[in-house]
Amino acid sequence: MKKLINDPRAVVSESLQGLAAAHSDVVTVHADPDFIVRAGGPRSGKVALVSGGGSGHEPLHGGFVGEGMLDAAVPGPVFTSPTPDPIVAATLAVDGGAGVLHIVKNYTGDVLNFETAAELAEAEGATVRSVVIDDDVAVKDSLYTAGRRGVAGTVLVEKIAGAAAERGDDLDSVAAIATRVNAQARSMGVALTPSTVPHAGEPSFTLADDEVEIGIGIHGEPGRERIPLEPADAIVDRLLAPILEDLPFESGDRVLLFVNGMGGTPQIELYIVFRRAAEVLRERGIEVARSLVGNYVTSLEMQGVSITLLKLDDEFVELWDAPVNTIALRWGR
Amino acid sequence: MGLDSRWAEAWVRESARVIAEHRTELIALDREIGDGDHGENMDRGFSAVVAKLDGAESATPGDVLKLAATTLISTVGGASGPLFGTAYLKAAGAVTGTQELDGAALVALLTAARDGIVLRGKAEQGDKTMIDAWSPAVDAASAAQTDGASEAAILEAAAAAAESGAEATEPLVARKGRASYLGDRAIGHRDPGAQSSALLLRAAARTAAEAAS
Repeated sequence: MKKLINDPRAVVSESLQGLAAAHSDVVTVHADPDFIVRAGGPRSGKVALVSGGGSGHEPLHGGFVGEGMLDAAVPGPVFTSPTPDPIVAATLAVDGGAGVLHIVKNYTGDVLNFETAAELAEAEGATVRSVVIDDDVAVKDSLYTAGRRGVAGTVLVEKIAGAAAERGDDLDSVAAIATRVNAQARSMGVALTPSTVPHAGEPSFTLADDEVEIGIGIHGEPGRERIPLEPADAIVDRLLAPILEDLPFESGDRVLLFVNGMGGTPQIELYIVFRRAAEVLRERGIEVARSLVGNYVTSLEMQGVSITLLKLDDEFVELWDAPVNTIALRWGR
Repeated sequence: MGLDSRWAEAWVRESARVIAEHRTELIALDREIGDGDHGENMDRGFSAVVAKLDGAESATPGDVLKLAATTLISTVGGASGPLFGTAYLKAAGAVTGTQELDGAALVALLTAARDGIVLRGKAEQGDKTMIDAWSPAVDAASAAQTDGASEAAILEAAAAAAESGAEATEPLVARKGRASYLGDRAIGHRDPGAQSSALLLRAAARTAAEAAS
């Protein structure tokens, strides 16, 4: 293991200290319990958005705290859900009286800890709604599994629901929009290399030099199949086909195409992926009306990529284009 | 003579010791079919419980279990935190106010723990989860108690059944938790949560045997 760290157990707290030092104009970082809130305190009368989960997926979620997106992010240990205590603390810290929406990726640990936290926060007088994100089409048989996982589509939910909260929608409306974005988004990823959790010290799985894992989750959990490495275009086709047929996305649809890097894949390759994905969509008569390319939902240093399609309507476009001022997404001001 | 709060405290301390001892093994099991954090999370949680015990006065076994429950919920994280936390919380609730646990109380404690995990995690026996250790343990403890076994023998039966149950998860396909994403590839690997559950129940049996001797 070769990493730029000090004590493996201090990785999350030291990184948060750096984030606080770098971005105090946008966020305020609380330590013990650890959570990140929008600078300037709770916004009175605005629905507050809280998300969180294991660390190691940066900039998710702390990089999306700020105007027009999240009010708080709760980072757990690397690849491990935060416990209920910091989630409760963050929820109460950002509650502006209009209620709090929890945005939870569908992983058993996240769901159980956020569920417990929501019960505890409600006992403290907060009104909490929860939306569970499950955009990953790689999980085939949801009946016999913990269900589809929440992956890169989470960013799109956080941006669009965040804009809805910023324009003054009430809690039920913001929850409904978040649910609708999740319902219209589909994702699938591929890993070329594994990642190494700092305190574990060894890669979380193994792949031969010429092998890739299709349908990977954001912690390196496996997906559909392991195949020999192919040219980028062939891999993109393998990722897109199940996404397209699942919703389904059809000729005449307008979409947001999101090509997400897993942390170790350079931008130059992400654009090669985007090029092919856009080509396939054009051939099918699907209009790419908005796009996002970059490392937004990562898996430490994993080499890999995920593709997310969101079917757009006018409201989604308006909310996507609305101003946002966070560490990782910033436009329209 | 039943098992008192000194036993409960010894059980929790022994649990922390064996979890620390098997930390690397649990991490390795979890890396096979999960995300490799189970040993780390359990070690962090039980170390915190021991630190809390050092500064607390616990009059009954229920007090000890409740302290363990709230500490595990707030320190373990992942799925294991709410699951084990709920187990200890329900176990504490089943023996509230009892100074010395007899066989019937032990069976009630184990049953409540198992039911708490089922309630929170919505898993069934055979899903390749910690339930596959807890359910046979409850059945074995109950059978031993019906046969008139001592407290130590009841916990010995529970521990042995949990160990067999954990081993029996190896050929299963997972239907809950992160291992469920593996499909057939989970076959041949032991469930880490079932393994840590067996370690905890073995710690209960060992400390009960020491208390009886």
